[in-house]
Amino acid sequence: MFYREAGDFKTTYTDDNQTFPIKFDRYRYYVVLAVAFGVIPFLINDYWANAFLLPFLIYSIAAIGLNILTGYCGQVSLGTGGFMAVGAYACYKLMTGFPDVNIFFHIIAAGGITALVGTAFGLPSLRIKGFYLAVATLAAQFFLVWLFNKVSWFYNYSASGQINAPERFVFGVPVTGANTEAWATYLFCLVFLTISAIIARNLTRGMQGRKWMAIRDMDIAAEIIGVNPLRAKLSAFAVSSFFIGISGALFFAVYLGAVEVGEVFGIQKSFLVLFMIIIGGLGSIFGSFAGAAFLVLLPVVLKLIGVDLLGWPTDIVAHFNLVIVGALIIVFLIAEPHGIAQLWRVAKEKLRLWPFPH
Amino acid sequence: MKMKLPAMALSALMIASPVMADLVFPSLSYRTGPYAAGGIPFADGYADYFTLLNERDGGIGGVMTSVPECETAYNTEKGVECYESTKDSGALVYQPLSTGITYQLIPKTTADGIPMHTMGYGRTSAANGKVFSHTFNYPANYWNGASGAINYLLSQGDLSGKKVALVYHNSAYGKEPIRTLEELSKKHGYDLTLIPVDHPGQEQKSQWLQIRREKPDFVIMYGWGVMNQVAVQEAANVRFNMENFIGIWWSGSENDVLPAGDAANGYKAVTFHGVGDDFPVFDDIRKYVVDAGKAAGNGDQVGTVLYNRGLYAAMLAAEAAKTAQEIHGTADITAAMMRDGMEALEITEEKMAALGLPGFGPAFKVSCENHGGPGLVGMTQWDASAKKWTMISEFGPSDMDVIQPLIDEDSMAYAAENKIEAGCN
Repeated sequence: MFYREAGDFKTTYTDDNQTFPIKFDRYRYYVVLAVAFGVIPFLINDYWANAFLLPFLIYSIAAIGLNILTGYCGQVSLGTGGFMAVGAYACYKLMTGFPDVNIFFHIIAAGGITALVGTAFGLPSLRIKGFYLAVATLAAQFFLVWLFNKVSWFYNYSASGQINAPERFVFGVPVTGANTEAWATYLFCLVFLTISAIIARNLTRGMQGRKWMAIRDMDIAAEIIGVNPLRAKLSAFAVSSFFIGISGALFFAVYLGAVEVGEVFGIQKSFLVLFMIIIGGLGSIFGSFAGAAFLVLLPVVLKLIGVDLLGWPTDIVAHFNLVIVGALIIVFLIAEPHGIAQLWRVAKEKLRLWPFPH
Repeated sequence: MKMKLPAMALSALMIASPVMADLVFPSLSYRTGPYAAGGIPFADGYADYFTLLNERDGGIGGVMTSVPECETAYNTEKGVECYESTKDSGALVYQPLSTGITYQLIPKTTADGIPMHTMGYGRTSAANGKVFSHTFNYPANYWNGASGAINYLLSQGDLSGKKVALVYHNSAYGKEPIRTLEELSKKHGYDLTLIPVDHPGQEQKSQWLQIRREKPDFVIMYGWGVMNQVAVQEAANVRFNMENFIGIWWSGSENDVLPAGDAANGYKAVTFHGVGDDFPVFDDIRKYVVDAGKAAGNGDQVGTVLYNRGLYAAMLAAEAAKTAQEIHGTADITAAMMRDGMEALEITEEKMAALGLPGFGPAFKVSCENHGGPGLVGMTQWDASAKKWTMISEFGPSDMDVIQPLIDEDSMAYAAENKIEAGCN
């Protein structure tokens, strides 16, 4: 019934090569986009924007970034928090240094700066692998946080070491600062997420993605068939850091508005994004969305059920939240190592065969 | 993306919940994480005082109060979520008990027209009410605390040529006093050494080695949560004289000194309110709240330093609400009216005595120009054998000649950055 190729004739290579070759899937994608752009902005309120939608959109970008590096290219990174901080501080310096330039370009430039920093920290990946690389990126995490705390130039010598996003406009509508409307911040992040996802999807299913996956699956074999490991690994670090930098910039400028590096971009952030791609599915763009949605929504839902419906004490619910997230990670690692994305794939297969599975 | 639909349905359910007619004082508390030791007693004190008002007086001006709690774990993201989820419930005033969350909420609360009271924490320059219309930090702020500590040392002897080390939480909170201490060091001629401790502060071996090497005459600490206990323990380990170790009021509770045992004897902390439980209000708390089984948390925190602070915060909020009711002639006040009440708040000795808190805090008056109160600071000392904090100096003035220009400078910079028209209307 669903997800069938039958009757969906393609006469050109372009048709055959599109992202969603199955008609049903393609229409589903258009519907999701239409709802996201055309319906949600009219329903959204401050609470849902700030409690769920903004963090979901922003973490999705970060998860896409980390997924390119870890899921597609196989380079384990624990430096996500640090790279998000680079994006945030780059964005802050640009916003305060060039107040006349549109914030949209600042955020893209912040991504570019993060890409450079990420590439620099990616250099050790040419020599070390696996756990050792994870430790090297961990060093990046701690170094970057220390740097932004230590050098007061990064926070414009403010007494508190905090960075605050000044008010900035897109088409005359404020998207940062205090007087933002929920729909404006939502749409602003959604545009970035959509563009990021389209770029990431097309990169990963093209030649570049195949090179990354070849390196991930077996780097020696990849080298023998002509993949340059230097370029493949560093490009993965650059592209991944670019997305992570954008997410860090949005996280600071649009979502929080004021940031303190040690608290917001600490090691927990790196782990959170890593958990997102593990639960969502390594090597899958959809998995990045699913993991981000899952880990952002879970605490909110648990809180709504535990505190607002059942009336439990807040600390018990907060502790339960930790227990449940931990248990879920173990369950996923054992029962479904490929994450929610794999469940989705299996569901699609089942739907294709339904109602005649044999 | 598929997960959004049930979420939206749930949100619709949330929004449809009935409008509460109570006076709502949301408590953004933290009972989990590395700062829970400080968050629990404060939240208990805050909630218990409102429970007392409901049980004993039938609320404030005849309207019952409610204190919905939301767990932030001292985390700014959760703080924002808590703020958004409670602000539409008729919230009158926010007290996030976190400098990070305060920075986040200053622009948001101002835009939403809800006042925020950051008592002894938050952005110090918010004392300038001409710029920060909805943020209050009476009766004392971080810079008063730093100056109070230096004033106490001055009362013990000349400081010129002495070495003072600041051990601080490496965050907005810990960095707040640096400017003040630097200015004061120019004035009084002491050397200032800065020793940062990173969040959460469980590891301080290197910091205390540095102190042992440099042998400062005095150590001032701006710590919070688990960092305090570790610092006091480490100070004991390097045999630093506790008499010369002074904490800010966030580093001066029972939780901070008990783990070090007798070694913590003599440790000092500045404060802006009374300590101990020999005030009449505690009899009422025991009678109406604890014994009735209505205490928040485990009910075992009554009379501890941070419980008292939570209670004091609740008392000031309740008095501001009363003031607002008088000004506007209605018992059912809104957040905007609450703001007027806070700005017109006057605490006198008689009022405190009538509330069962005689001499608990200084008398003060808030005005539009001054949201920071008088900044009177006292000193407390820990007695390890009696396991009690005692006041060793009266509430005294801090060096406003140094602090006021700093407040003006920082708040004006904020006003320029955010294009705020400074002024009282």
